[in-house]
Amino acid sequence: MTQTAKSESLVAPAWRFLASIRLTVALLLLLAATSILGTLIPQGGAPSEYIGRYGETIFRLLYAFDLYDMYHSWWFRGLILLLTGNIVVCTLKRFPSVWKIVFSGKTAPTSVKPGKVEPVAFEDARDPEALQSEYEAYIRKRFRRVETESMENGFRIVAERGRWTRLGVSGVHLSIVILLAGALVGSLFGFDGYVNIAEGESIDRVRLRNDNTVMPLGFEVRCEDFNVSFYDSGAPKEYRSRLQILENGKIVVEKDIIVNDPLRYKGVNFFQSSYGSLPARELTLNLTNRDSGEAVRVNAALGRRVEIPGTDLRFYFRQIENRYRLRGMDVGETVLGVLETPTGETTEVILPVRFPSYDKMRKGEWIVSVADHEHRYYTGLQTTRDPGVPLVYAGFILLIAGCWVAFFMAHQKVAVEVTRSARGCAVRVYGSSNRHPVGFETFLKKIAAGLARQKGGAHD
Amino acid sequence: MTSSLVLSATTFVYGASAFFYIAAWVFHQNALGRLAFWTGVAGVLGNVAGFGLRWAETYQMGVGHAPLSNLYESLVFFSLAIATLYLIVEKKYGHRSIGAFAMPLAFLAMAYASLSPNISDRIQPLLPALKSNWLIAHVVTCFIGYAAFAVAFGLSLMFLAKRNPDAPGLFGSRIPDERVLDELTHQMVMLGFLFLTAGIITGAVWANSAWGRYWGWDPKETWSLITWFIYATLLHARLMRGWRGRRAAIFSIVGFGAVLFTYFGVNLLPGLHSYGSM
Ligand code: HEM
Repeated sequence: MTQTAKSESLVAPAWRFLASIRLTVALLLLLAATSILGTLIPQGGAPSEYIGRYGETIFRLLYAFDLYDMYHSWWFRGLILLLTGNIVVCTLKRFPSVWKIVFSGKTAPTSVKPGKVEPVAFEDARDPEALQSEYEAYIRKRFRRVETESMENGFRIVAERGRWTRLGVSGVHLSIVILLAGALVGSLFGFDGYVNIAEGESIDRVRLRNDNTVMPLGFEVRCEDFNVSFYDSGAPKEYRSRLQILENGKIVVEKDIIVNDPLRYKGVNFFQSSYGSLPARELTLNLTNRDSGEAVRVNAALGRRVEIPGTDLRFYFRQIENRYRLRGMDVGETVLGVLETPTGETTEVILPVRFPSYDKMRKGEWIVSVADHEHRYYTGLQTTRDPGVPLVYAGFILLIAGCWVAFFMAHQKVAVEVTRSARGCAVRVYGSSNRHPVGFETFLKKIAAGLARQKGGAHD
Repeated sequence: MTSSLVLSATTFVYGASAFFYIAAWVFHQNALGRLAFWTGVAGVLGNVAGFGLRWAETYQMGVGHAPLSNLYESLVFFSLAIATLYLIVEKKYGHRSIGAFAMPLAFLAMAYASLSPNISDRIQPLLPALKSNWLIAHVVTCFIGYAAFAVAFGLSLMFLAKRNPDAPGLFGSRIPDERVLDELTHQMVMLGFLFLTAGIITGAVWANSAWGRYWGWDPKETWSLITWFIYATLLHARLMRGWRGRRAAIFSIVGFGAVLFTYFGVNLLPGLHSYGSM
């Protein structure tokens, strides 16, 4: 056996296998069935969660088949690859004949035959010659390709339209391939990461989700400001970040982003996805003299000492905690500081923001409380790049357009045959359509009725 | 709210229409059939009025948005889509007995929205992620698709009832012949497939504008894809010999089961989509 003969003997069965609609049906069903599995088993959890939930043995099985991340597993991708091969081979096999139908030039009168739909017949009292021009005009208005052929005792008009609609199904299948190609491009050349930026600060790298590595962006992103607003019910209304892009320290882009309105720069997209609050760095203290009731205000900065005007005390702002526990109870945000006298005596003070009178219990000369403090947020940005999106969107458009054409348009051929008869002439309207026989039947009847109305249509 | 009252009343109009359709079919009364049709038209008008009124009410409350943002509102739109689609099919093909199978579905959707204690009809302001023009495109396309699958489901039930040799005579004789049922089911499945495709695509584009990814295998997304696979299978299976008629009807019933699971069942699984949890 020669080398080519041997490889052909393998190629032919593989080709037949891939060209079969049975394979399509089997693959689509398999994809549906396995996808269900992935919605029943939570995806992307930690091993310990699965062991706790299913036990050791089943856990090993899940891991062997990547069922904890099955949509990215080798076998699920294999099914999609097989479907793609199936589509490509199917299309290659059928496309030449579709091409020939669509681009074959003239409509051969003999090619129009009565299809499954009953012909419609009626009679007219005039001669065939009298009818020809007005019938032609009527048909020409409704069809792009019209040819007339004279027959022994009359004539036949053949008309055709919607040849190109046969490309609809090819378009649908091509769109799936384009879409999957776009997904592949995205997974090869794109990334999916996230970054938190504190108000007033900037970053130039993000962390990737799949492997937790850090990726430099090549430019800086600054969060100028973050705001969250709420409805009266307490449900969130809007998250808004003012972002700036900096190249070599200069602002090149500035934009407010909200959910559904991201910032895009050099192919990288920043989406509003979360937020959180950061410890304050500045605060305003209220000091009240226990005896005289005299009150003093002073601003303090984190890690600094301030002189308290009108006294000989100094305050040191050591720390602010988000959830401080006092005797086992969470009292929320709390400032920890130190009061110092000129002689070097120090007193620790604990200042829960929500309980301004707490410091009274210390029984010092001055009662200290937090009047106000800086509110600082960080914004959480989903950061992605996906160069496959244009391909995917092109696939989307082609998919919808292709379905529309494939489902609701048809390739129709109609013949109007007029022959001399005893009472003038007999008219027969017949034809075929590649889909919607029921609709086509109605259409033929409408054409016939329209023609029958053309009595002396020259004056019509 | 006035809109909820109008919509509750519409429930009963749909119920009456469904009842008349069934009666017209069982007793073979043409006059009842006409009554059923016009009651159905009244139901659609009430449904549209309730929908429009609710839209206006969201503006009066200062949270203006299309009423397509929670389970209640989606059910209202679903039943509008089913009833309208069915009435169009009846006008176009003139088979009134189909109404006995289709109109009850519009009634059930609206009754579930109006009467279930688990479904709140309060107007809620939109969460940040829902503030997008894609919301309207996504919900409208999905539910037109679901409505077409619902009508296909009704037609498939008729087909099976007609085929069943044990069925009483009225099933056999008073419904359209098998060729028409099969063709109509196919038409509805194609319409549903087109709109489900558009629904999945608008959802993907929306997800890409809100979260930076067009596909994330979240359970609702995945289930819509499963539904899509099932109907794609049906479209292709018709090309193989012997897959018309009964098998196609069973397939379309299974497909509608997947639609219902995508709509209601997915809330039993964890995910991003909020419908049903309210
Ligand atoms: C997810 C993948 C696929 C989708 C969404 C899809 C979609 C479609 C659609 C919408 C139709 C028109 C059906 C109708 O008119 O009723 C169709 C027809 C067809 N498909 Fe697919 N298809 C897919 C995969 C495949 C594959 C893998 C094959 C390979 C064998 C295939 C072969 C065909 C054939 C032969 C037709 C009939 C064409 C005709 O009627 O002239 N399809 N497909």
